[in-house]
Amino acid sequence: MDIILQIIVSGLLIGFVYSLIAIGLTLIYGVMDIVNFAHGAFLMLGMFTAYWLNQLFNFDPLLSLPISIIAIYLLGWLSYKFVVNKVLNAPPVAQIFVTFGLMVFLENLALFLWSPDFRIIKDTFVSGDFNIGEIMFNIPKLIAALGSVLITGAIFWFMSKTRTGRALKATAINRDAAKLMGINTDKMFALAWGIGGGAVGAAGALLTNFYYIFPTVGATFNLLAFVTVALGGFGSIQGALVAGLLIGIIENLAGVFIGPAFKYAVVFAIFILVIVIRPNGLMGGK
Amino acid sequence: MNKKLIFLIVAVLILFFLPLIYKASFFIHVLILIFMFAMASQAWDLVGGYTGQISFGNAIFFGIGAYTSTLLYMHWSVTPWIGMLVGGVVAVIVALIVGYPAFKLKGHYFLLATIGIGEIIRTLFLNWPAVGGAQGIFIPFEKESFWNFQFHSSKLPYYYIILTLFILTFLVSYFVEKSKLGFYFKAIREDEDAAKAMGIHTQKFKFVAFAISAFLTAITGTFYAQYLMYIDPNSVMPFMLSTQIVLVAILGGMGYLFGPLLGSLVLIPLSELTRVLLGSSGSGFHLVIYGLLIMLISMYKPAGLAGWIQEWNFNKKKAAGGEVDGTTINS
Repeated sequence: MDIILQIIVSGLLIGFVYSLIAIGLTLIYGVMDIVNFAHGAFLMLGMFTAYWLNQLFNFDPLLSLPISIIAIYLLGWLSYKFVVNKVLNAPPVAQIFVTFGLMVFLENLALFLWSPDFRIIKDTFVSGDFNIGEIMFNIPKLIAALGSVLITGAIFWFMSKTRTGRALKATAINRDAAKLMGINTDKMFALAWGIGGGAVGAAGALLTNFYYIFPTVGATFNLLAFVTVALGGFGSIQGALVAGLLIGIIENLAGVFIGPAFKYAVVFAIFILVIVIRPNGLMGGK
Repeated sequence: MNKKLIFLIVAVLILFFLPLIYKASFFIHVLILIFMFAMASQAWDLVGGYTGQISFGNAIFFGIGAYTSTLLYMHWSVTPWIGMLVGGVVAVIVALIVGYPAFKLKGHYFLLATIGIGEIIRTLFLNWPAVGGAQGIFIPFEKESFWNFQFHSSKLPYYYIILTLFILTFLVSYFVEKSKLGFYFKAIREDEDAAKAMGIHTQKFKFVAFAISAFLTAITGTFYAQYLMYIDPNSVMPFMLSTQIVLVAILGGMGYLFGPLLGSLVLIPLSELTRVLLGSSGSGFHLVIYGLLIMLISMYKPAGLAGWIQEWNFNKKKAAGGEVDGTTINS
């Protein structure tokens, strides 16, 4: 029984981070129907932002968190302004491949500049474990989960309580109607890319407390984020939140009962099963 | 038409004699890679470019081809030539099984499902001791002969084999494009619901496209295994290989007969040159350029190089006031 509880706790902790990453992805998709294949590369750059701030100025990852959010927000915004902007009316295939090209570009640029080495940030402010009964809590993971919850909450608040957030939602529901109501949709698209980037930048900085940093780190997270988004339903923020937690738990269950090598294979298998049975995902309305 | 045929015959003759004139081993190696990727990409294009089902999992068929022929050879000394055909058949069976869930999905979902299935199969091979697991398999050296599919003294036989295989693949694409099948495929790509409404059994023809694609990709995989004499899951079925196959077709122009070859002619020399110029420190630098090229192509010329050339020809003819065949532009 304890092992099951432990698996659920560990799964939820990493699951909140998965949710945050997926929310960034699904937000962009929801607002403009474009899948950002470079999302994992954004995450990797968020991690490297925290890493280099630590190496150069001895910043703790938690101190780097706001800087990483801003840096990747800007990266997302720039990606929209200079790249994605150009394919808004292009055939769907071009829309798929443009962010795919961006991913290949960013990931390999990082490989070229920083080598494929695995790096780690030493002596972080948060470290170690504590126990409640038989259940062990890893403090860096707990902090990452808490940070993810806070930022997820902030995004929810922004989307439902502010005028700009509601304008963003309106653009997602009906682009043309939103435009007729005087919403500058181009600005909204750029904002969605910014927030999507900011979310994943935050996740990146939080991950550096306990995860290796390397140029291809985004690949696995990218796939998991896609799976999360598809499972939750493309464009559904609530769906991404729930799916992220589910995937965290499934991954841990599979890791313990089937073997660590197979944990992602099991996640993918369940993903395929779910989308075949319910192609719109758990909470997708579209 | 006759002009085209003469052009093609001349091109094939040049390709045949080229490595006899310029004999550098590295040059032949690059030519072999060009035709190998052009072939895998041409096979991919049948399902990705013509039928519009973007698969990011074609590396599994490549891997199945490589593994089937190698295992048959290791355990029962079956010549790789027969193994190649068996590998093709196994790949078709896998394609039908994979297609069953995948073809229920469209667009992004189909693409993600193929990535997921590819990763599942790669994980299985990595952890399957009977097929060598993560360590892979070394193909034992045998006497150099056509029957053994092994040539040690020169790369030339490999070149002529892959050139022939590529030409055969190209002919398959050509006949598909000219036949009713090609029209069915394109109809599915342009508008699946409309195609269905016109009475095309869309599900069946997606399977047909996928099966042909899988068969040809598996054959490329067997060739690769015999050329390198070593296979492991991370070299014959990684996601990166699926990606490369797709990149070649996008750059060259999806759904154009000459697209994959054009893409391969640009990308492969580029990657081999950067490898030579920058050494190991620059490993992967060609992918930085790939990434940029793919972004630029998607932004400005989504029809790829082949589409660009056709557009240019079209405009030239129009400017000259000549007869314009309206059906040739299909962006």
